[in-house]
Amino acid sequence: MDHENPLWTIFGITFNLSNVMMVFITCVIVFLIAILATRNLNVKPTGMQNFFEWIMDFVKGIIKSNMDWKTGGRFHVLGITLILFLFVSNVLGLPFAVVWKGELWWKSPTADPMITMTLAVMVITLTQYYGLKAKGAKGYGKDYLQPLGFLLPLNIVGEVASTMTLGLRLYGNIYAGEILIGLLAGLATSGVLGFIGAIVPSIAWMGFSIFVGGIQSFIFVMLTMVYMSNKVRTD
Amino acid sequence: MFFDTFILLANTTAEAGFLQKLNNPDGLNLGDIIATVTMFLLLMLLLKKFAWGPLMGVMDQRAEMIATEIEAAEKSRLESQSLLEEQRNLLKEARNDAQAIVENAREQGESQREEIVIAARNEVARLKEEAALEIASEKEKAVAAVREEFVSLSVLAASKVLGKELSEEDNRALIEETIAKAGDAQ
Repeated sequence: MDHENPLWTIFGITFNLSNVMMVFITCVIVFLIAILATRNLNVKPTGMQNFFEWIMDFVKGIIKSNMDWKTGGRFHVLGITLILFLFVSNVLGLPFAVVWKGELWWKSPTADPMITMTLAVMVITLTQYYGLKAKGAKGYGKDYLQPLGFLLPLNIVGEVASTMTLGLRLYGNIYAGEILIGLLAGLATSGVLGFIGAIVPSIAWMGFSIFVGGIQSFIFVMLTMVYMSNKVRTD
Repeated sequence: MFFDTFILLANTTAEAGFLQKLNNPDGLNLGDIIATVTMFLLLMLLLKKFAWGPLMGVMDQRAEMIATEIEAAEKSRLESQSLLEEQRNLLKEARNDAQAIVENAREQGESQREEIVIAARNEVARLKEEAALEIASEKEKAVAAVREEFVSLSVLAASKVLGKELSEEDNRALIEETIAKAGDAQ
């Protein structure tokens, strides 16, 4: 299971080319889906447009369950992008994993902690930014003293913890799924008996992984909006 | 290895060569972070420009259309209701009118009948009276004519008696003849 990563260092900055490639592929797929879905826009929706509108309404529902649409409307694009990006990422590694010259190239980008943590930190940073913007420095700082002043350290730990959990939950779920798929694939290639034995659990786990991928992307967006509303809320 | 990196980071933040540590090939790849964030933000911008914006426009347009449709439907419903009310009133009015006309006609007919009967009765009475008068005058006229005839006959008879000296027999014959004449004349 331990494959090397294709690393490439330039100007003292190291890239994991596999991650870069997979993120790029994910972005391209999401963009293509979006473009295909919105190519022929009609007031009376058909086909893919329905699908994309459903996603929009779904994310809208998530935001609305956390905050007022007036304040939450600006996070709509973020939510849509996140949910599409994460779902595509999560299922991208399901069909196969490509290892080339001992280096793992094709996998779910979200099966790498770097990427999930990057997204999590980005989201938390955005919440801090919008919190500051909505409440001003004073209101923002005051939030750390809620409900009581001496809880300040706990609140700071809470911010860090929510970042960690947001990123690592996603990473753990997808990475575990890929490992199990890898194990089942190993079983399937071990022999005829192994192949027969691996078919049913493989299919079951693949289906379950799609489910997990959907759920995890939903949870990520949901938690993003929860954190966001915690920061932005002014009541 | 990820947690190792965090611990490593915590220990070495203050040290020199931080970037090298950050780019530890066994752990944190700064390049990935940059690439991910860049691509994600780029994707977000593209989605906003090419998918979210137009679709939101269409959805807004639809919402607006639905709102106007509902409004129009409500309006037309009210209109049709008022029209229905109007029609109903008109119908009621027409029915009342018809009833009034029928009633009127019946009354008129009744009164006309009465009038005609009275006129007929009057006519009959008048005719009867006229007839009676006529009968009376005819009778009078006849009586007068008989009387006149009689007088003239009497005069004739008298003149004949007076004008001629006749025997009693002649006289008698004459009178009888005269009377016979008179009877013929009658």
